[in-house]
Amino acid sequence: MTQQKTYALPNTTTPGSNVIFNPAKCNGCNHCVEVCQCDVYIPNPVKGKPPVILHPDECWYCGCCVNDCPRPGAVYFNWPVQQRAYWMDKKTGKILRDSQT
Amino acid sequence: MTRWHDFIEKDGKAPAWPYPIHYDKEQEIETDILVIGGGIAGCWAAIAAARNGAKVAIAEKGDVSRSGAGGPGCDHWCNVPANPLSNVDPDEWASAMADMPFCNGIGIQIQCREDWDTLVEMEQIGGKIRDTKDEYVGAKGRDAKSKIMISPRYTRNVSFGPDAADRRKFKSNPQDKMNNTVIRVWGTTFKAALKKECKKLGVKIFDRVMITSLLTEKGVQGARVVGATGLNGRTGEFMIFKSKASIVATAGDWSLYLLNTELAGYNTFRSRTITGDGNAMAFRAGAELTLMERTGEMRLATGFRHTWYGGAGDASYENVPIVDAKGKRLPWPTQGWEDGGAMRPSEKDMAKILAGLKSGQYQLPFFGDFPAMKDIERSATWDLMLGEESTTKNITDSYERAGFNPSKHLLMNFSLIEGNTPTQWRTAGGGGPMVDWNLKTTLDGLYVAGENMFAAGDHSYAAATGRYAGRKAAAYTKQVAQGAVSKLQINQEKKRVYAPIKRTSGIDWKELHAGIAKAMQYFCSEYKTDLLLNMGLDALKEIEEVHVPRLYALDPHKLMRAVEDLSLLTHGQIIINAALARKASSRMLNHFRIDYPQLDPPEWDKYLTIKLANDKVKIGSKPQRYFGDMVKNYEKYNKDYTGVYKRK
Repeated sequence: MTQQKTYALPNTTTPGSNVIFNPAKCNGCNHCVEVCQCDVYIPNPVKGKPPVILHPDECWYCGCCVNDCPRPGAVYFNWPVQQRAYWMDKKTGKILRDSQT
Repeated sequence: MTRWHDFIEKDGKAPAWPYPIHYDKEQEIETDILVIGGGIAGCWAAIAAARNGAKVAIAEKGDVSRSGAGGPGCDHWCNVPANPLSNVDPDEWASAMADMPFCNGIGIQIQCREDWDTLVEMEQIGGKIRDTKDEYVGAKGRDAKSKIMISPRYTRNVSFGPDAADRRKFKSNPQDKMNNTVIRVWGTTFKAALKKECKKLGVKIFDRVMITSLLTEKGVQGARVVGATGLNGRTGEFMIFKSKASIVATAGDWSLYLLNTELAGYNTFRSRTITGDGNAMAFRAGAELTLMERTGEMRLATGFRHTWYGGAGDASYENVPIVDAKGKRLPWPTQGWEDGGAMRPSEKDMAKILAGLKSGQYQLPFFGDFPAMKDIERSATWDLMLGEESTTKNITDSYERAGFNPSKHLLMNFSLIEGNTPTQWRTAGGGGPMVDWNLKTTLDGLYVAGENMFAAGDHSYAAATGRYAGRKAAAYTKQVAQGAVSKLQINQEKKRVYAPIKRTSGIDWKELHAGIAKAMQYFCSEYKTDLLLNMGLDALKEIEEVHVPRLYALDPHKLMRAVEDLSLLTHGQIIINAALARKASSRMLNHFRIDYPQLDPPEWDKYLTIKLANDKVKIGSKPQRYFGDMVKNYEKYNKDYTGVYKRK
């Protein structure tokens, strides 16, 4: 196992990653960078790659980056754990939860 | 590699700033009208002004395609009593809406008269306002002929409180038919259509530009507004706009009392960008503001969860019955047809619910019982209302992806188990510039629209008042020449704006914001006294003198946030000064003074105004209903109004 270099880094913010990009689908068109009113994202230094999430702590979860993405599935929401939904199955009464990873 | 930390973790290097840095560059733009803020009100103002022959520029902090509170979408087009399905007279509806102290009768009258025209124009430019694909045939409120979908909201009363279920008598609706004054709309289509129309009309759009100050004739406070300065939040470029008229449309201030932007997306009803800039710059220019002492408990998003994530009981969740953990129906309104759109239980029903919890009759948590709804009503709520409201489409999408199916599952509701918003977490958007029937402020050349107005309304109000202000400002620009800007004023502003990038250490915008918010929470919240409020003014003064000079910014984005903090600081100072001046308590203004406990005494039944003259705070007043007879004045000032725009 190769030893990875360990840097001294500050903690990430919460949320640390307000969305998840799917590099297989995202072609780095940066439409989400443009529609975000808070400039949560910047373009990736490598052209064609998904944007960089620079200010996740400013995301207000308006959803425009996901809703307006011209390649559906290239970016999707990643609710912080404390904000995940709970629901109940009407038939069984079982409590269920948004456990997406 | 999509997180910033990925870059650091991989090779120990942060990505370079992706945009060119132009701190020293200046761009000068001359236009007839400058629209400050490209949200719903701003876009409508720009379109109306351009259609009336003016040369228009919009400066927008984000990108006009989705910016503003209404950028993501809108599901209710409220207070549209002039629509063809309405059963009430628009003027009678306006009069009912204005039947409260401290309202803005001008804005209300404009909304009631022109909201339908605005919506028709929205359809003309590409917004979807009808069920053209017949997806909701059979849903209650859907008109088969026009395919317009009426919402249950306000069908009995002008209220979404517990009294929404009580029938209010309207002379124009003698048979007590449903009022039909709110329309369900496909609001996610709106902002894109507005941007497209702006471009088509030749409106010059300056995205990512924050307007930092207004320029007054010869730099004199209180003189005509002749332009503005701006900062590009990506490049740091300085902008100088010279305009015959300016329209402030920057909404209110939802950030002032909140400590940070983290843990819940800050406040999911308004983004961090809404920092009271319009009020702060208008005040510094010498405009008179009013109702600035009014702040309200946040209630909606508390910083602990997403607004509208309530599982029902919040604005978009129409007709959803609320049940307890065992499926027993609660006396909680459905905000639907059966209760006239009531969102909150009455005090009596709430007492019953609380007693039921203690006795074991009801069990927490509560749920929104989507499966109990008729299929078509459920679809209208889940797919249309939640799918089209500002920030909820991502909820429906991500919940469904996680396995939630509204025909099988009950969504958990957060009432009672989450607790209430602390009273120190407040919105500070109740006040705004004093306006006349042209939506002109007390300064020549300065107009106001949308949520930036005092006692403002919602999305459709922003649209109608924006459209109106644009029309009026365009008429003004036909009578005047460009004014003279002051080089000294521009240079002083440049110095103020760029100060944080001249430093490399000190405190960043987040720390300053929290400092300002804390002072507001301590000294200007639920309980107010002269002593507390004066301590608040001292605290903000100390922040201004000690901590603002320590403010630093590492890039143009952080610089813009830092300058926003300065707006917050000014906004806080205006609010505290106004709160000090009102030496009485007022229920309507959420203004409770321990040292002046008498509620709404008659001698204080007036608007207080506040402005700067020679940089000194001046307090004045205006009587209730200073706007006069709403119908007569509307007609007097709009003799030339031609209704729906007819494309040439």
